[in-house]
Parts: sequence; C-alpha cells; structure tokens
Amino acid sequence: MSLSKRIPMLLLRLIALGASVCAIVIMVTSRDSAQVFGMNISAKYSNIPTFKYFVLVNAIASAYTLILLFFPSKNSCGHMILVLDLVIALLLDSSISACVAIGLVGKKGNTHAGWLPICGQVPKFCDHVTGAMAAGFIAAIAYFLVVLYSLHSVMNLFSLRA
Amino acid sequence: MASEGGEKPEVGHDQAPAASTKVDWTIKGLRVLAFLLTLNATLVMALNKQTKTFAVGTIGTVPLRATLSAKFQHTPAFVFFVIANAIAALHNLLMLVVGFAGSKLSFKGLAPLVIPILDLVNVAIVSGGASAAVFMGQLGRNGNSHARWNKICDKFESFCDRGGAAMISSLVGALLMIIICAVSIIRLRNHYGYNKLALNSSVLP
Repeated sequence: MSLSKRIPMLLLRLIALGASVCAIVIMVTSRDSAQVFGMNISAKYSNIPTFKYFVLVNAIASAYTLILLFFPSKNSCGHMILVLDLVIALLLDSSISACVAIGLVGKKGNTHAGWLPICGQVPKFCDHVTGAMAAGFIAAIAYFLVVLYSLHSVMNLFSLRA
Repeated sequence: MASEGGEKPEVGHDQAPAASTKVDWTIKGLRVLAFLLTLNATLVMALNKQTKTFAVGTIGTVPLRATLSAKFQHTPAFVFFVIANAIAALHNLLMLVVGFAGSKLSFKGLAPLVIPILDLVNVAIVSGGASAAVFMGQLGRNGNSHARWNKICDKFESFCDRGGAAMISSLVGALLMIIICAVSIIRLRNHYGYNKLALNSSVLP
C-alpha cells in the first residue's frame, strides 16, 4: 500500500521542485537593454517588485519541497504537512497571478494611465519572463495536485465509504 | 471487516455532535464575516470611479482643460479582482445557506466532500485576485521609473484609497476563508472512514 501511494506523491513533488527551480533560474537570468531616442533602457527582473516576489515565493516553495524530500517518513505530522502544502500552493498561486497582471501591463500597456508597453523595446526580457511564468504555472498546478493527493491519502476521500 | 467499518462511524457520530456544535457556530460566524468582507471588496472596487479635470496647457491666456477619469474597468487586474471576490461572496452565501439548512436534510455519499473542495477552489480564486490587484495598486502608487510608467495615485487620490480599502477587505476575507477551509477539511474525518495507518506513511514522499 505504502509504495504504490508514495510514488505518485514523490513524482508530483519532484515535478513541482523542478518547475519552481526552473522558474527562479529563468527569471533571475532575464535582462535586456536597448537604446531608445538616445536613452539607455535596461530591464532587469529586480526593477519590478512583482517579479522579486515571484522569485521569493518560488524559492520558499523549492526549499520546502527539498527539505520534505529528505524527511524521514516515520513521523506522524501528516496534518501539519498538509496545511503547509496548502499554504505553499496558495502562495505560488498568488505569485503567478500577480506576475500575469504585471506582464499584461508590460505587453499591452495601459492607455488610460499613460503607460506604454515595453515589450517592443526589450523583447528578450519579455520572452524570458514569459518562460518563467510558464514554469511558475506548472509549479502552482503541481502543488495543487500535491494538496489534493495529500487529502486523498490522509482522509481517504475518494473511496465511497460513508 | 464489514462490521468494524460499520461500527466505527457510529461511535464517532455519537461523540461528535456535542463537541462540534461550538465549532459549528464558530465556522458559521467566520463564514458570515468572510461573506461580508468579500462582498464589501466587490462593491467598493466595482463602484470605484473618479473623474478629474486637469489644466493641460494654455492657448494665449485661456487654459486648456482635459477631463480624465479613472475607472476600475481600465485595468484587467481589477476586473479579475471584482469577479473573483464576487464568486467568493456567492460561494460563502451558498455555504451559509447549506449550513443552516443542512441540519434538516441528511447528506449521504459524495455531498459532504463537495464543501471542502469548493472551499479550496474558492480560496485559490480569491488569493489570486487579491494579489493581482495588490501589485497593480503598488504599481499605480509608486510607478516604475525603469519602465517609464508614471504613478497615478498622486492625481487620483480617492480612487487609490478606495481601491486600497477593497484590497485590505479582500485579503482579510481570504485569510478567514483559509481558516474555514482548513477546519472543514479536518471535519471530514467524522464523515468518512479515517484510516490512521494512511496518515503516517502516504503524505510524505
């Protein structure tokens, strides 16, 4: 019982770990610079607080998953791990949602506020950020599946023994 | 095995109601609060609008005036915020109705499972909407010098203040909904067979 239940969980956690580490690496290495009207515009991820928050949350998620992978499985704190899984899944979800909001402003601008889109001038930065957001999405979905699977394991939810 | 499985929930049911009435009423109170907070966030942001007239230039001695308005529909993040909080408020209302009417009906089978899962989904929706709006608001308040985006909060102060109030209300509502979700997941133990052996070995990888 335990091995067949533990393999999918291990797989999901590994996917989440890989996706969040990828998201961090891609976001941190995103930079581009361009010359516009004689001004030097350089874009880095640290110029925008939302992307810093994204990197922070993904760092927390990967550190948590890494620590959990080395955890001895004889302990009886399954409930606390379930709650922590839920918290990390929600954090990932909020970070990716904020990044998409800011990314939309960068890609399309906001004519009502007088904000011009910057993706035309720094296309490499935009592509990098898009890739990081895709990895962040995968990490968020993987963590949601981890939470659902934890619920199933702990509570035996999906077997109809009412 | 069949008789064991049949007896355990009965024992649990006999002991559960006395201890869980207090928890029941606390959860109902928290849900009322969460409903009011998400409803407040929806309404405040949906009615958020400010129009201002600026002096843009002069022709001779006559100043040119332009009227600019800030509405929540201009920003997709705020539209998402309004929709997400509306969905969460509707969900809380529905759960309140189900909670008050549920003592008269008896739910069998999959029905008690639906409530925590819906809670989980709605918590995710609200947290996504709140965080998107918070970061857009931060951009509007501070601007971004590197991208040459000017701040708009110095010109549209009451728009920004009302938006901030809606965001705070939504964040507190999201926190309450997380607590409600956690408690409703834990209370599933009383409904379904709770396998203690499964607890220790299957959650960890």
